[in-house]
Amino acid sequence: MRAILTVVGKDTVGIMSKVSSLCAKYNVNIVDVNQTVMQDLFCMIMLCEIDKVEESFNSFSDAAAELGEKYNLSIHVMHEDIFNSMHKI
Amino acid sequence: MLNTKDILETISMIQDENLDIRTVTMGISLLDCIDSDIDKACDKVYDKITRYAKELVPVCNQIEKEYGIPIINKRISVTPIAMLASACQTSNIVKFAHTLERAAQTVGVNFIGGYSALVQKGFANGDYALIESIPEALATTEHVCSSVNIGSTKAGINMDAVRMMGHAIRKAAELTADRDCIGAAKLVVFCNAPEDNPFMAGAFHGVGEADCVINVGVSGPGVVRAALSKLDKSANITEVADLIKRTAFKITRMGQLVAKEASSRLCVPFGIVDLSLAPTPAIGDSVAHILEEMGLEQCGCCGTTAALALLNDAVKKGGVMASSHVGGLSGAFIPVTEDAGMIAAARSGSLILEKLEAMTAVCSVGLDMINIPGDTSAEVISAIIADEAAIGMVNTKTTAVRLIPAIGKKVGDELSFGGLLGGGPVMRVNTGSPEIFINRGGRLPAPLQSLKN
Repeated sequence: MRAILTVVGKDTVGIMSKVSSLCAKYNVNIVDVNQTVMQDLFCMIMLCEIDKVEESFNSFSDAAAELGEKYNLSIHVMHEDIFNSMHKI
Repeated sequence: MLNTKDILETISMIQDENLDIRTVTMGISLLDCIDSDIDKACDKVYDKITRYAKELVPVCNQIEKEYGIPIINKRISVTPIAMLASACQTSNIVKFAHTLERAAQTVGVNFIGGYSALVQKGFANGDYALIESIPEALATTEHVCSSVNIGSTKAGINMDAVRMMGHAIRKAAELTADRDCIGAAKLVVFCNAPEDNPFMAGAFHGVGEADCVINVGVSGPGVVRAALSKLDKSANITEVADLIKRTAFKITRMGQLVAKEASSRLCVPFGIVDLSLAPTPAIGDSVAHILEEMGLEQCGCCGTTAALALLNDAVKKGGVMASSHVGGLSGAFIPVTEDAGMIAAARSGSLILEKLEAMTAVCSVGLDMINIPGDTSAEVISAIIADEAAIGMVNTKTTAVRLIPAIGKKVGDELSFGGLLGGGPVMRVNTGSPEIFINRGGRLPAPLQSLKN
């Protein structure tokens, strides 16, 4: 299964490093990354493979949200299908 | 890879605009639980519900987590209990309600619907007993919801049932007067009731349905309002309708995805997606605010019915293509106490009962969650039901009445139910007496299906 990880927040040093370290810690493979800065907001979208995730999807998702709270970022991990179903016919 | 804008749009819909799956409702047939001994029947009912719905809540919670989309309610609907009651050799059938309550608590659902009777053409054994037991059933349970279908386009309106329901609604409120009359908030009277509706309080599992199905109700008034707020004020009505259609499509696609996923994980057939705009009392989740965003000063002013007709139609058109099976009530709900914009309009006097009645001719349900003065007679309540059922019967649409007589309170006082049921002011009702008309009883004949003008 593939998931989309999104990070939105104020641009600071090391966001990408923190998020990718978390992915590595949970054995989540990053397939694609797209990053932009829109009106001072850092916006990163990662496509991840989470089939071999350590522990469980839930714990990875919780850890990502926790990381977000710590650095004042909004981080969400959601199944890829939710975006596909909404935006592709 | 997906477009960044699309991804951020979805996230903003969920985070900022209150997009959610309002309910995943498991419909369970109880026809195989019928027994002449009520104790045995109740045991079978409890066993079947707890067996079938055991995984409902955990599976929904897992889907919620994986897809990041909130699923607000997990519910169960069952075969109208009056059908089971018909076989029982006892007139006190409230035990069924207590069994449903126990089963709901065991599996952890938010509501269980189906303490119901279908009496549009007449009463079968069990129907009288069920209707008479409704007030007590609702007063002594927390999760059980009740509905009675008293009319249809094909059968006409059962005016005896209309008279009984006026009394049942009053009594349900009286028995729960210490809890803001919440009993009446769990009771709905239908004309043309859909058999696959996932929304409460009117959900029941129709007799034409499979043994077990998953029905999903979507929501998202906030998303539609947010989309409209970005539209230029000079945009014409066709553009407004198109934008609502596009938004409804996206909302419904999410419902379809969750329905398919829940159905496959629970190994239960997928029934329908109900593509409704269901408001909540939360700010930014209001159908009234959509109407106001279209350009009305306040919901209830002239133009409200036209705006609602546009909204209701566009939601259906947008949603139909997004789902493989659409059903239930599908459209825009206008429950007063559950909608921040409606509550404000009712408080300010802009929204009155008569306008709401006109709005129900073009919305998806009917007079929903309206607080009326505590001294309103049962006959007046029955007459409101008859009026509303007539609109549904003649227009071949579902209409419903869910009124809460605010016992001991008068116009302008407030009731507060909390949670999704919200709260709001007591509204004025025309108190002229329809007593003789209502007490005539009998059947109001079904309308012609031709010569339509």
